[in-house]
Amino acid sequence: MTPRRLLLALCWAWLALVVALPLGIVLVLAFARAAPGLPPFELAFSGGNFSLLVADGFYLRAFVRSLGIAALATMLCLLLGYPLAYGLSRAPAAWRGALLTAVMLPFWTGFLLRVSAWIGLLREDGWINAALGALGVPGAPFPLLYSELALQLGLVHVYLPFLVLPLYARLSAREVALEEAASDLGAGKWTVFRRVTLPLSLPGVAAGSALVFIPVCGEYVVPELLGGPGAETLGRVLWAEFFANRDWPMAAALAVAMLFVLLLPLALWRWRAGREMAG
Amino acid sequence: MRPRALAALLLPAYAFLYLPLAFMLVFSFNDSRLLTAWTGFSFRWYVALWNNGPLLEAALLSLGIAAMAASLATLTGTALGYVLARGGAFRGRTGFAALLAAPLVLPDVIIGLSLLLLFVASQALIGLPAARGAGTITLAHASFGMAYVAVSVRARLTDAGTELEEAAADLGAPPFAVFRRVTLPLMAPAVASGWLLAFTLSLDDVVVASFVGGPGATTLPMRLFSAAKLGVTPEFYALASIVMLLVALALGGAWLLRRAFPLRPVAARAGVE
Repeated sequence: MTPRRLLLALCWAWLALVVALPLGIVLVLAFARAAPGLPPFELAFSGGNFSLLVADGFYLRAFVRSLGIAALATMLCLLLGYPLAYGLSRAPAAWRGALLTAVMLPFWTGFLLRVSAWIGLLREDGWINAALGALGVPGAPFPLLYSELALQLGLVHVYLPFLVLPLYARLSAREVALEEAASDLGAGKWTVFRRVTLPLSLPGVAAGSALVFIPVCGEYVVPELLGGPGAETLGRVLWAEFFANRDWPMAAALAVAMLFVLLLPLALWRWRAGREMAG
Repeated sequence: MRPRALAALLLPAYAFLYLPLAFMLVFSFNDSRLLTAWTGFSFRWYVALWNNGPLLEAALLSLGIAAMAASLATLTGTALGYVLARGGAFRGRTGFAALLAAPLVLPDVIIGLSLLLLFVASQALIGLPAARGAGTITLAHASFGMAYVAVSVRARLTDAGTELEEAAADLGAPPFAVFRRVTLPLMAPAVASGWLLAFTLSLDDVVVASFVGGPGATTLPMRLFSAAKLGVTPEFYALASIVMLLVALALGGAWLLRRAFPLRPVAARAGVE
């Protein structure tokens, strides 16, 4: 066996062991039944978990709610992140490293600590309410924490870098020649942006959005700390099934359903993009 | 682009990112438990942090787990990234890349659940791991950290191109010498930044550790999470300020290093232009 083949075989074996096999076990467990004992299930081949997922309005509502929360967070990240990534890609080259580092610094400063900053800012005796009260805003203090607003602020703060980095990479690989050609041919700045820069950046928009949308659907910590009881993301539902209800098979079925809903569109899109590039 | 326009694009996002950090920095020095009013300058929350035994214990445990997990992730992730960048065409390459990308996009709860089930199954079949705790958390963190290392190494090798390795081989270097003298130094910065990324991700993780850990192992994020549910104290902000300082130092150092050793001069030193 040549070294190359040996390395390849080892890599395959490791990936199979730590990625493919665990996901395979989740799939098997999704068809099992919860039972008292340790571990708390018995293997079976029943679709009961999945029919409950579809029949029980609770799970369907959690799906819809999660997708809504994730879509809003993705849109807010785009609103804030697109100008940031665009500005970064057009900043003088000498500053770019420092500016990018400044985007990364909050990301490296543990996300639990950043979420705790929002708790301190938003809670009823927190700094924002104190400021509003001092300004004489009627109705202050407001119940800002444990709300949709708090949830979105926290999510955007945590996930913004995940959107900005792929988008920045795409925007700085821009085809300068095409932009120059467009403006040489008389297009105004806005037209160049709308007809050349924006369409060329769309793959970056898609990649960055996927990196926000998918993890936010499964997010547990941020909705738990900042969202109210209504912020039932799929991550929270799965967590509750596993830890509170000790229903491992139901948690596994939720995981499978999430994979199906979240990753199948992504896989299809990648496959189509791959075919378009090939042909 | 005019500076004014550039500032208009950049400032809102930076203000949003840094406002909460500035708030934590200021109120970590406040001589009051309240987070509303400034009552005086004090180090009392830093002292309280230093005297918080369980928190320090959790921090030490987490640093150990993160260092081990990042090293294991770097070992496997470097091999995986190298295979993707330099392995040429092989059967199932698309599937290989998809499996490797999975930990990047999968929600934490799914990673945690799936790895826990792997540990439970392996315990039932071969008796290992004997117990769940720091060891299983380390393995779990290594298994998602490796994907980030692999992405970093692969990108660096793809950007660098194969000219240097080809030149070395043309000049008669045997394959292993090419790897050791050319490829390895070429990917070293990516390996280092991959290690740091895996280290940070491990230090940030609550969800996966809660799934695969045991009652004996409470990591720093787990402890912070349960404390944050009860209420945030300025002690959190003292910790955050220390972390910010360390991160700023590390990022500044990395930036200086990158400026001192950019990619191009490597090629120039090797005589390839």
